[in-house]
Amino acid sequence: MSIFENKTMLKKLIVFTAIMFAFGFALVPIYRKICEVTGVNDLLRPDQVKNTQIDKSRTIKVEFDANTRHLPWDFKPEVTALNVHPGELTTVVYEVSNKTARDMTGQAIPSYGPTQAAMHFKKLECFCFAKQDFAAGEKRLMPVVFLIDPELPKDVNTITLSYTFFEMPNGKPAPNTAPEGKLNMKQAALNAVPSANHTSVN
Amino acid sequence: MASIPNDHSHDHGHDHHDHHPTSWTRIFTTTNHKDIGSMYMWFSFAMFISGGIMALGIRAELFTPGLQVVRPELFNQLTTLHGIVMIFGAIMPAFVGFANWMLPLQLGAPDMAFARMNNWSFWLLPPAAILLIGSFFVPGGAAAGGWTLYPPLSVQAGMGMDMMIFAVHIMGASSIMGSINIITTILNLRAPGMTMMKMPMFAWTWLITAFLLIATMPVLAGAVTMLLTDRHFGTTFFNAAGGGDPVMFQHIFWFFGHPEVYIIALPAFGVVSQIIPTFSRKPLFGYASMVYATASIAILSFIVWAHHMYTTGLPAAGQLYFMYATMLIAVPTACKIFNWLATMWRGSISLETPMLFCLGFLFLFTMGGFTGLVLSLTPVDIQLHDTYYVVAHFHYVMVAGALFSAFAAVYYWGPKWTGWMYEEKLGKIHFWWSLIAFNVTFFPQHFLGLAGMPRRIPDYNLQFENWNAVSSVGAFAFGFAQIFFIVIVIRMITGKSGIRAAAKPWDGAEGLEWTVPSPAPYHTFETPPVVK
Repeated sequence: MSIFENKTMLKKLIVFTAIMFAFGFALVPIYRKICEVTGVNDLLRPDQVKNTQIDKSRTIKVEFDANTRHLPWDFKPEVTALNVHPGELTTVVYEVSNKTARDMTGQAIPSYGPTQAAMHFKKLECFCFAKQDFAAGEKRLMPVVFLIDPELPKDVNTITLSYTFFEMPNGKPAPNTAPEGKLNMKQAALNAVPSANHTSVN
Repeated sequence: MASIPNDHSHDHGHDHHDHHPTSWTRIFTTTNHKDIGSMYMWFSFAMFISGGIMALGIRAELFTPGLQVVRPELFNQLTTLHGIVMIFGAIMPAFVGFANWMLPLQLGAPDMAFARMNNWSFWLLPPAAILLIGSFFVPGGAAAGGWTLYPPLSVQAGMGMDMMIFAVHIMGASSIMGSINIITTILNLRAPGMTMMKMPMFAWTWLITAFLLIATMPVLAGAVTMLLTDRHFGTTFFNAAGGGDPVMFQHIFWFFGHPEVYIIALPAFGVVSQIIPTFSRKPLFGYASMVYATASIAILSFIVWAHHMYTTGLPAAGQLYFMYATMLIAVPTACKIFNWLATMWRGSISLETPMLFCLGFLFLFTMGGFTGLVLSLTPVDIQLHDTYYVVAHFHYVMVAGALFSAFAAVYYWGPKWTGWMYEEKLGKIHFWWSLIAFNVTFFPQHFLGLAGMPRRIPDYNLQFENWNAVSSVGAFAFGFAQIFFIVIVIRMITGKSGIRAAAKPWDGAEGLEWTVPSPAPYHTFETPPVVK
């Protein structure tokens, strides 16, 4: 067999390898699209509500928790907890203010405790559905409208709805660097306890 | 081939002269497939011992409950590096080494198709090994989030993770070049008359494996590149803070990771398909069905990846699909197992060491396959996910599957490489020692997993103490058996048995590799043989 044929084969296989490398990256939008089409794991879409009957026999305590990450904003709910009946349409208002002297964009990501409550917690209106632009020093009240599916498991009596606001500069996500304050705290803790010299990763 | 630069002018056509360079620089400059094959095997054994020492660190810690031998941080690093080192450092290079040595001999080719690239694909490996082993000594230690490198741990970890990522890049490049070489050699350099369906099974399984490698290694390279840019360049493929999704990594990783399982298993199947016919003194039963079964396993391996992810919250339809698709793989695999059994049926079997290791492979790999079938069931897997049952399962297929067949290959082809027979008695001791120690180590892990012991945790509940102690004793026995193995191999190389290997030391063996003298001369088949 000639060297020529080997070279042809080499070129074909290199092209195939390059295509597969690109395919690895293409998997990211492909999976996103699949999730969007099939409705799996789409955090930004309002939930469909089928049953709006109010179940007065149960009362669920809903706790509201608000955090920010890498974001010098004030972010807090107007009430920290509410008692609601399953199926009852409820509105809670959050107060958000940009404490910095520059225009910023943020996005809130919800999470739920206990986890199995997540699928029964239906948000009809939420500031977390979109990126939020805040001018320097701007303060805004933002509502969340939700109801709790009456099919919520019987053993769940308290649900914690926790939001974390992340910065998205220019609509892009923030670089993954630890905020200065936390580093200092960690350093202070290390200084205070000399024996804590283990090198755990993060 | 013209690409062998060394002393080609001295070497026109006389095999008996057996010229090869003698300077120590030969190990860096050689383009000879036999030299490179041997270097792959030595590298593989060195990594096997390194990974084994890590495993013994893990088992020493798990001998009793509580923390006594290693700190939890180091324990996590040991489990992570043990996995990566054994898969990418020990098992894959071992089989690439066999491919380098044996494919040109089996196909009647003078060398691999791209001899210089072959040198490069080997020499990429030692730097990767240095990065992996060296990462234990950097601040923060080696990568510690498990060999699967899942975010968010892998995005947050220290510089050991960067070393791991670069090592994976380098080893991936090495495997891709090795695979391109193997595919081209098999497709272009076969002796006249050797049609595809006359190729030895080892060549067939390697051809399919090489295609799996060039299809999946680039995807892994992409996944770790995304990790790297998430870590340092502000992208958020997997970082939830920027809208990324950590589960996305698992999807991309297992798109590589599941075919990887067959990248490890298929060449082992090829070795077994050579050895069982030899010692049964019968041709392989169902050659064509073996080829098709191997190809179907390879194709199916691309569509079952999410069975590693049943607990990530897949929708029920997805779980059902991946469950049935996974169970489907049992069909071509069982086809191979039954073909091997049928090959032995009414054969005139003799139990030399290579055959013993193949029988051990057959028995233990089938058991690993059955536990795999158990784990393919979604509701069962959700119970057993990340328990020692999974650890037992994949060690039955990786150690008893790939490693035992690698031992079989060394005993089977070793006489061809060295020109000396190994000592049969010592080989048999190695087999029984390994078989018993292996089962003492890993069989109890099924019980531990069923009882709920989680993997990758340095401490455990008191109820798990007894079987963990048994498992640790077995692990140390298994480790020492492999020191014994290298003693056997060195005694074979130095001719301690006193028995010179004939050109065809096994009377039932078939194939072109047995038509050249033992040890195989430095240059073989410069004039291609004709296959009828």
